[in-house]
Amino acid sequence: MTATDTASATELRNLGYGAAFTETLRQIMAEDEDVFVAGEDVGAAGGVFGSFTGLQAEFGPMRSVDTPISEQAIVGLGIGAAVSGLRPVVDLMFMDFVLVAMDQIVNQAAKLKYMFGGNTSLPMTITTNAGAGLSAAAQHSQSLEALLCHVPGLKVVMPSNSHDVKGLLTASIREDNPVVFIKHKRLLGQKGHCPEALFEIPLGRASISRPGDDLTIVTYGRMVSESLKAASVLAGEGVDVEVIDLRTLQPVDTDAIVASVQRTNHCVVAHEAVRFGGLGAEIASHVQEHAFDYLDAPVGRVGAPFSPVPFTPALESLYVPDAARIAEGVRSTLARS
Amino acid sequence: MEVTSEVLLDLHRRMVRIRRFEEAAGTLFENSEMPGFIHLYVGEEAVASGVCAALRVEDQVGSTHRGHGHLVAKGGDVSRMMAELMGKSTGYNHGKGGSMHICDLDLNMLGANGIVGGGIPIAVGAAFANKYKGSDAVSVVFFGDGATNIGAFHEAINMAAALKLPAVFVCENNEYGEFTPRRQTMAIDDVVDRAAGYGIPGVVVDGMDAIAVYEAATEAVARARAGHGPAFIEAKTYRYYNHHGVQTLGTKYRDDDEVARWRERDPITLIEQRMVALDIASTEELEATHRRIQADVDAAIEFAKSSPFPEPESLLEDVYTGGA
Repeated sequence: MTATDTASATELRNLGYGAAFTETLRQIMAEDEDVFVAGEDVGAAGGVFGSFTGLQAEFGPMRSVDTPISEQAIVGLGIGAAVSGLRPVVDLMFMDFVLVAMDQIVNQAAKLKYMFGGNTSLPMTITTNAGAGLSAAAQHSQSLEALLCHVPGLKVVMPSNSHDVKGLLTASIREDNPVVFIKHKRLLGQKGHCPEALFEIPLGRASISRPGDDLTIVTYGRMVSESLKAASVLAGEGVDVEVIDLRTLQPVDTDAIVASVQRTNHCVVAHEAVRFGGLGAEIASHVQEHAFDYLDAPVGRVGAPFSPVPFTPALESLYVPDAARIAEGVRSTLARS
Repeated sequence: MEVTSEVLLDLHRRMVRIRRFEEAAGTLFENSEMPGFIHLYVGEEAVASGVCAALRVEDQVGSTHRGHGHLVAKGGDVSRMMAELMGKSTGYNHGKGGSMHICDLDLNMLGANGIVGGGIPIAVGAAFANKYKGSDAVSVVFFGDGATNIGAFHEAINMAAALKLPAVFVCENNEYGEFTPRRQTMAIDDVVDRAAGYGIPGVVVDGMDAIAVYEAATEAVARARAGHGPAFIEAKTYRYYNHHGVQTLGTKYRDDDEVARWRERDPITLIEQRMVALDIASTEELEATHRRIQADVDAAIEFAKSSPFPEPESLLEDVYTGGA
């Protein structure tokens, strides 16, 4: 693991998280004519979140394909095209819609290579948008990454900032395996440093967003910025928190987590997804298996409660974890020390 | 359309090859010499043979859980097939897939598929790739009558029609979805009626007549190859054996009379009668074809039985390209 994988020679500039996605796609499509995008409204309309803006105008309707509202057929289009030598990017708009295509993703895409005895590869990227906080209610707000991480054959990526969007999307599209690339809806407009030139962040490598000595927060996606806010608050209380941004959730960088916990002796996992059966459970289990003797307290977990995502802002704000709840999780864990 | 004697000889060879392979596989399965479960293609040979005889190597074939016939008809190697069915390392999928996932991507046979209807969207993706690359290859997908009741079928055929992709949809209507009669699960007489709902042409053919299937497939494939979009073929056919395996276990779900009536129109017998009547082959020559192909299948069984199982180290290989 490295603290930053930024190509040092590249000049940095600010770019939105969503804009970084669009720019990266455009650059990759320009350099590799086997790459195309397909999905609902990704062509002429540029995507409901604007993530595909301008691609059809630049590359034409065969490389920026407006499809029917048919999630199974969209993913199948990607699988068949990938097996036939192309490098598709297929979009499922909302992560909740991934469920409509689960047969094609889990039974087909994830398993073809293995079932075929290695006689194919599947360079396909599935893009989608997860997360609550927009009063989109229970069918347009979920964080379902744990379902996908459970499936051998898939890789799962969830960037937390513009820089990582570019590096991880580039690596995902160039990857010869099916990758589910999950953006967070509430990060789309968030600006951050992002090099102009394409670069890759290797999949499966975490980064340290904030170094610290007293406790490790393992997190990803939008909870990275919330964890950093929590760390600032805790610093004022004399607690020096390290924040690890997983970036890739499958394969997860367990070496980075264990190495950090061996230094800090405390660990809290924070994610927006429902706590029960979430990625935090797997990470907590891994930490106790591999760093038990280093732990001064049980591994803490911060996540959403066990309910669907509510619609009204009055309840949704209680539902989604934030910096205050992460800070409280850190204090509780340290209190067990 | 004039069907030449070469085509008839070709159709006959493909059908006999499927029949001999499937009969042998069924016997091995019933004798517990083959793991898992297998869905035999016996009775439906005219469909795969008639369609695949109309294809080029570069044309893709999407398949089903009843997929052995599609691979044999596309030119598959019966030795590697038999080895795969027995879970051996020399099999097409190195023992990792078995009957329901057997494939040969060098022949552009995109794999049998254990999920009913699951192969249809993938075959449409291959058709998209053909159009994208400017190739004139056509992607043909086989599926049963039962698969036309699942969402993946409707999504995929609609997308193929909307994007005008070079795809041919071949419904093998054997009148049963597993053990349930088709007429209990759909309220139409002909599956082909569904094609109209997607704005694509469809025809019904006698699925026991390889020549009729070949003619329909040739027309549909030529149309798709010329860039005019997808077409639908419903081949009315029948499987002689059980949904899986050979014998019907438990409750009997179809009459002996019904099976006997279909067997009277056996696709191999039909084409042989025609070949003899047209003086394309003598009975002796046809019998020689059976013997020669049986020898190939016997050699395939020997190859499969004498092949090793995969090494334990291969358990975790090929989960990902380039390793985990």
